Amino acid sequence: MLSLKDQRKRITSVKSTRKIMQAMKMVAASKLRRAQEAAEAARPYAARMERMIATLAGAVADKAAAPPLLAGTGKDAVHLVIVATADRGLCGGFNTSIVRGARRHIRGLLEAGKTVKILCLGRKGRDMLKREFADKIVASYDFAGIKRMSFDFAQPVAVKVIELFERGEIDVCDLFFNRFKSVIAQILTRQRLIPAEVPEAKDGDAKTFFEFEPGEPEILADLLPRNLAIQIYRALLENAASEQGARMTAMDNATRNAADMVDRLTIRMNRARQAIITKELIEIISGADAI
Amino acid sequence: MADKIAFDLVSPDRLLVSTEAEMVVVPGSEGYFGAMAGHQALVSSLRPGIVTVHGDGPAPVRYFVRGGFAEVTAERCTVLAEQAVEVEALDRAALDQQLKDAREDLADATTDDARHRANHLVSQLEELIAALA
Repeated sequence: MLSLKDQRKRITSVKSTRKIMQAMKMVAASKLRRAQEAAEAARPYAARMERMIATLAGAVADKAAAPPLLAGTGKDAVHLVIVATADRGLCGGFNTSIVRGARRHIRGLLEAGKTVKILCLGRKGRDMLKREFADKIVASYDFAGIKRMSFDFAQPVAVKVIELFERGEIDVCDLFFNRFKSVIAQILTRQRLIPAEVPEAKDGDAKTFFEFEPGEPEILADLLPRNLAIQIYRALLENAASEQGARMTAMDNATRNAADMVDRLTIRMNRARQAIITKELIEIISGADAI
Repeated sequence: MADKIAFDLVSPDRLLVSTEAEMVVVPGSEGYFGAMAGHQALVSSLRPGIVTVHGDGPAPVRYFVRGGFAEVTAERCTVLAEQAVEVEALDRAALDQQLKDAREDLADATTDDARHRANHLVSQLEELIAALA
């Protein structure tokens, strides 16, 4: 049994923890609003880019001559898995759920006899994956010093991926991130980046023949890497919003748990204090009786 | 045949406009072109320039765009710009700054390819500033 003084100390410490978590929740809430706006503002661009790629892919005349970024290398041996997580923890299951999804995917690939390479975005994911797949991580980036996610961060990542691809070191590229649905719901998403994911053309869609200015190869050579960067950027924005949402929920729960704990501890302390008083009274009374 | 064309202008950080228009004039890399309903399907890269939207209002709305792509089909015209602002909001000083940066890039360029690209950008920006003045 803890002494009364120790119990009091304990309660104070839980109370201050609660205050910290409440503050973190507030911070997350305000960051969330900004991150959410950014993520939602970026959706139209990414969506239209996808639509454009889809129509183009449908229109590319000569499938065999299509650029490898669009059509793939025709092989399926080396997979690059991009795992986008956050730099910080204390956000509930956010990082773990991404890493768990990625890990399952990686194990599946390894069992199928594929070679796997991993590219980590965010410190947490790297730390978690390092334990099991340290030799497979080819590159990792973290967000140290970045306050607002900007396109300038996604660009070098895309350049790196394309470089790997052009050197023939990877055949397929997948991206794992959490799509922001709402504050309490983030959806683990796997997106295929290379070969570009092309929705099947609907039947009845007239095949359009496109004119290209300057030429088809130039346009595609410009558009496809750009699309890759945009998709990574989008994923990062979605991730940033999801992270803040997850943190807010986690901190809200933690604040409530701390409050419950303070109540429980207070009751226990009061009981202990009462017991001491009763004990002392009994001692006095029995002492008086004895005289 | 529908007489309007659905026009979208988006930049990576926002959707600037999504509207119906009579005609949209787009600065393609090989020259300005007008897109109206029923236009031949076309994909073009963009040069820095002004997108002009002839919509319902009496005066056309103008946007400044830099880099990106335009996709035109018979029913819609989508402009994906790396950078896009309303011409009214366009800051002359910012544009001059961009030109200055581009010139510095040109001076710093080490490879032929980089020099070529920087040179291209400088000439396009000069052209644009001249057009605005």
